[in-house]
Amino acid sequence: MMDNDLTQYLDYALIAMLLAVGFAIVRLRNLFAVVMLTGVYSLLSAAWFVSLDAVDVAFTEAAVGAGISTVLMLGAMLLTARESEPAGQKRHWAALAVVAAAGAALFFAIPDMPVYGDPNSPANAYVGMDYMDRTPNEIGVPNVVTAVLASYRGYDTFGETVVIFTAALGVMLLLGFGTGRREDEEEDEA
Amino acid sequence: MEVVTFLVALGVAAAMAIMLARLFAGPTLYDRVLAMNSFGTKTVLFLLVFSALVGRQDAIDIALLYALINFVATIAILKFFRYRSLEIALAQMSLRKALDGEYEQ
Repeated sequence: MMDNDLTQYLDYALIAMLLAVGFAIVRLRNLFAVVMLTGVYSLLSAAWFVSLDAVDVAFTEAAVGAGISTVLMLGAMLLTARESEPAGQKRHWAALAVVAAAGAALFFAIPDMPVYGDPNSPANAYVGMDYMDRTPNEIGVPNVVTAVLASYRGYDTFGETVVIFTAALGVMLLLGFGTGRREDEEEDEA
Repeated sequence: MEVVTFLVALGVAAAMAIMLARLFAGPTLYDRVLAMNSFGTKTVLFLLVFSALVGRQDAIDIALLYALINFVATIAILKFFRYRSLEIALAQMSLRKALDGEYEQ
């Protein structure tokens, strides 16, 4: 019980930092700082996922959010300006009302969710526990999510990988691999 | 002992917050690059202390992945600002420079 009480304060610290980063992303004009803050946001949220014991999600978030998308955002920034235009002073009250209503609806739904660790919750009551029981004997992988992804539905994951690989290959064949010299550079040198 | 580990984790979180302040304030680009790199390092440390605190080993894998990603992201950012492009490999860039005779001066 002791460490539960303690790690909850670390969660609060992480969430407070997430909130600060979110506001900074909205407020800052310097797009480069915003790109780096999105990377920081994803690092922070992945650390929070680890503390919530969702290591797989944290792994994906770290690889995709902090790794690839930071580089992609930098590449996108190459095509635009360095500073964003100042937002107009006009306030969009209708948008604020919609967001507030959606937030209120989410808070209203919170009491309907099962308590954390509730044995009768849908996640714990149906086939999930069956996988928990059988995985150590059938697969022998410590992480049940990995066992489900890579073994129980291995063909499905394999098919997804093939689809994504084909898509990436098609995009690269259509747009080029990016190693050739660009035409404007060659004109400059000629 | 647990309380000591918790205090260490809290200290690392405070260091992360300080780095965040530097990242918000800037003012130059290199302040931000350094702050982000240092923030990533502190995230790795935080995860390691956290895994010691709760006694789970799998967070260490995440910490290793973070260390790698942090390195790649920093290299990508610096490359972006040195060459204004992410398209061409660094090795080819220096090769082209050498062929264009920029190093002869």
